[in-house]
Amino acid sequence: MNLALSEEQEMLKTMARDVLADKLPKTAVKEIEESEEGYSAELWKEMAGLGWMGLAFPEKYGGSGMSFLDLAMLLEEMGRACLPGPYFSTVVLSGFTILDIGTDGQKDEYLPKISSGEAIFTLALTEPSASYKESGIGTKAAAEGDSYVISGTKLFVPDANVADYILVAARTDKGITLFIVDAKSPGISTTVLKTIANDKLCEVVFDKVKVPKDNVLGEPDQGWPEVEKIIQRAAVGKCCEMTGCIQQALDMTVEYAKDRKQYGRPIGSFQVIQHYCADMATDVDGTRLSAYQAAWMVSVGLPCTQEVAIAKAWAGEACQRVMALAHQIHGAIGVTIDHDLQYYTRRAKAAEVSFGDASFHREVVAREMGL
Amino acid sequence: MDFRLSEEQDKFRQEVRDFLEGEIKQGLWEPSCDAWIMGHNPEFTKRVSQKDWIGLTWPKEYGGQGRSYVDRLILTEEMLRYGAPAACHWFADRQIGGAVVHYGTDQQKKELLPMILKGEAYVGLGMSEPDAGSDLASLKTKATEDGDDFIIDGQKTWTSGGGNMNWIYLVARTDPDAVKHKGISEFFFKTDLPGVSVTPIEDITGGVHFNEVFFENVRIPKTSLIGERNRGFYQILNQLDYERSGMERLMANYPLFEAVIKYSKETKQNGKPLAEDPLVRAKLAQLKIEFEIGRLHMYRIAMVMDEGRAPNWESSMSKVYGTAFEQHLAGAAIEILGLYGQLSPESKRVPMRGMAYHSYLSSKGYSLQAGSSEVLKNILALRKLELPNQ
Ligand SMILES: Cc1cc2nc3c(=O)[nH]c(=O)nc-3n(C[C@H](O)[C@H](O)[C@H](O)COP(=O)(O)OP(=O)(O)OC[C@H]3O[C@@H](n4cnc5c(N)ncnc54)[C@H](O)[C@@H]3O)c2cc1C
Ligand SMILES: Cc1cc2nc3c(=O)[nH]c(=O)nc-3n(C[C@H](O)[C@H](O)[C@H](O)COP(=O)(O)OP(=O)(O)OC[C@H]3O[C@@H](n4cnc5c(N)ncnc54)[C@H](O)[C@@H]3O)c2cc1C
Repeated sequence: MNLALSEEQEMLKTMARDVLADKLPKTAVKEIEESEEGYSAELWKEMAGLGWMGLAFPEKYGGSGMSFLDLAMLLEEMGRACLPGPYFSTVVLSGFTILDIGTDGQKDEYLPKISSGEAIFTLALTEPSASYKESGIGTKAAAEGDSYVISGTKLFVPDANVADYILVAARTDKGITLFIVDAKSPGISTTVLKTIANDKLCEVVFDKVKVPKDNVLGEPDQGWPEVEKIIQRAAVGKCCEMTGCIQQALDMTVEYAKDRKQYGRPIGSFQVIQHYCADMATDVDGTRLSAYQAAWMVSVGLPCTQEVAIAKAWAGEACQRVMALAHQIHGAIGVTIDHDLQYYTRRAKAAEVSFGDASFHREVVAREMGL
Repeated sequence: MDFRLSEEQDKFRQEVRDFLEGEIKQGLWEPSCDAWIMGHNPEFTKRVSQKDWIGLTWPKEYGGQGRSYVDRLILTEEMLRYGAPAACHWFADRQIGGAVVHYGTDQQKKELLPMILKGEAYVGLGMSEPDAGSDLASLKTKATEDGDDFIIDGQKTWTSGGGNMNWIYLVARTDPDAVKHKGISEFFFKTDLPGVSVTPIEDITGGVHFNEVFFENVRIPKTSLIGERNRGFYQILNQLDYERSGMERLMANYPLFEAVIKYSKETKQNGKPLAEDPLVRAKLAQLKIEFEIGRLHMYRIAMVMDEGRAPNWESSMSKVYGTAFEQHLAGAAIEILGLYGQLSPESKRVPMRGMAYHSYLSSKGYSLQAGSSEVLKNILALRKLELPNQ
């Protein structure tokens, strides 16, 4: 057993933190959040140049051949920096799925485009039912000659407004099938929703969208177990982002508590504030330890249903406790729109409900316990 | 990063499990909560000693096994999982042996360590006094030099296992004129001396486990002094890091966890197993989540110790966390049992041998002993987060 980061991981993490601190001050985050696209094409290019898109993909697909655990370091720092945009959608939700179950042809075609930053991908999974269960999928795909025809409404699809390709989970004859859909296909209409995290979650309506049979990803009708893997990987990725998010909230809060004076002394010298900070630190460390464990398991390919569920259930609730205390300690300044804290508050809440909240994952744990 | 244990470590865990299951099958003892601190069973301790499982991490030159703290964590984890009666050797193994290795003279090492390894030192920890709880440095028990001896006068309290102890690790004031942290020394001596008397204190469960210990003109040889005279307080701070770091801070009542899971699967209410009730499922799953997070904290600490660092803020963090979990478990177990939860171990119709009742009451002390949660949060805030004192 060894819980230390490798030297490369330390370097990657430091580098990511420095780059993002430099390129992505909160003024930039705000600008990007307010933009129509929801991402900065310039920063996207730089990230691709740094090899971040293809970090965990094999070299033959333009990647660096690193692992999911290495990627976890990046995700943590992206969470710390509040990076807006389609990195998670492209790499975690889509790229890994194609790498996992795509045909050689699909991998050859799409992965290099991801590594180079040329293409943005996303996953259209959830629907108005707002459920991560198989029964939540009503969108249908009917076979017609060499194609499938997809009809239905997907909801909460991240970054669909700028995506070049959309992975779609749809109901076919005997199960769920995944498709790689060109986002410019006729019949697709996208509306951006307004969200607490100011990210670009979309409603995507598929009105008889024709998709060639070659674009089936994985086995027809056998897609649900793959979707479960996607959700699992995404949940772990979110936990890593959440770790960075609350670590930064803790760091900011401790700094503030050292600085802010009331009654002639720093508020951080009041014991109740010290204990709040201690509680926050404990929550942050538990979140990180469980996120790393899950990321490591995904990375080495061990079965990890229980560990992922534990990490996400924990992270969801720990984030809420941490952000509540961060606000309490910051006083009124922390509830202003110009203070950085609000970026973390908003993201932490959205992350809690994404890819399964604590109740969802507790039920997974209960099943794993044989209850 | 690698969260796996090595093959040898997995084998070691299996060996410990086989041993403990064998003991239970032979009916030598029954798993119980708090057995690490309340289960005094000299024969069990002897058998553990014969397995070379005391002093696992001590250097080989002192008769230890020179193994890692992760190995030791595996051993203690299994002892606690099975609720094994390990109280006779627990303190000596956990912190006294280490202190002697660290601070003892060659002569002390030669005399004391073999005795601990043989499982013959049933040690009481003589720190707290009626007026010195969290503020240990305000202790009043005196050790006065007299020729080749020290004379001990004063009173200790809350001494766990005091009724069974044959040795005591005592913290006493050696310089009454110095500022309070700087006049304290540590001693280790046999308790069958004239002037030592032990009075049991009945605890909230109705059991007797901690005691008052009185010292009246007790003469001990100077060779009982451990480490540097008047530096005892600094030594004890380090020892406390180890005292707080152990798996008992998460798994003291683990047998209750397994029992309540089993109970929920087997007990029907309105024709359905309790475990199918969504609220019961959520409660048990939440406990499992909290437990596994705590386990990661504990393994992190073992790794800090394997790096050769005292687990200072880490063990403060994990002790606060772990004891809160234990208390949550005890409370939730009673809630799941419902009306049955209130039945005492002696009652007709009591489920699970009354473990929930016992644990609910005994767990109140977990967040006090070895550093209260508040004091530990102070440590975390000041030392790890570097918040200002004033
Ligand atoms: C929505 C909103 C509306 C408001 N409206 C008004 C208004 O109309 N008029 C007006 O005058 N003010 C208003 N306020 C300001 C409000 O009264 C202050 O926010 C409040 O007094 C706290 O002061 P602070 O924000 O400077 O935080 P600080 O005093 O800096 O406190 C920061 C943190 O330190 C803690 N702390 C401070 N001192 C101690 C101590 N001695 N012991 C322990 N902890 C301590 C606090 O509890 C808090 O957690 C408003 C605030 C908000 C959020
Ligand atoms: C089951 C059990 C077994 C024990 N076994 C032993 C043993 O074997 N040997 C031994 O020597 N002792 C033992 N103790 C005693 C234990 O070490 C003390 O209970 C502990 O040090 C707290 O002291 P106290 O009980 O006097 O409480 P106090 O120190 O009086 O504390 C009372 C409350 O005040 C809080 N408080 C105190 N100081 C501060 C501060 N600076 N900041 C914030 N809050 C503070 C505490 O956190 C607590 O909530 C045992 C205790 C228990 C419950």
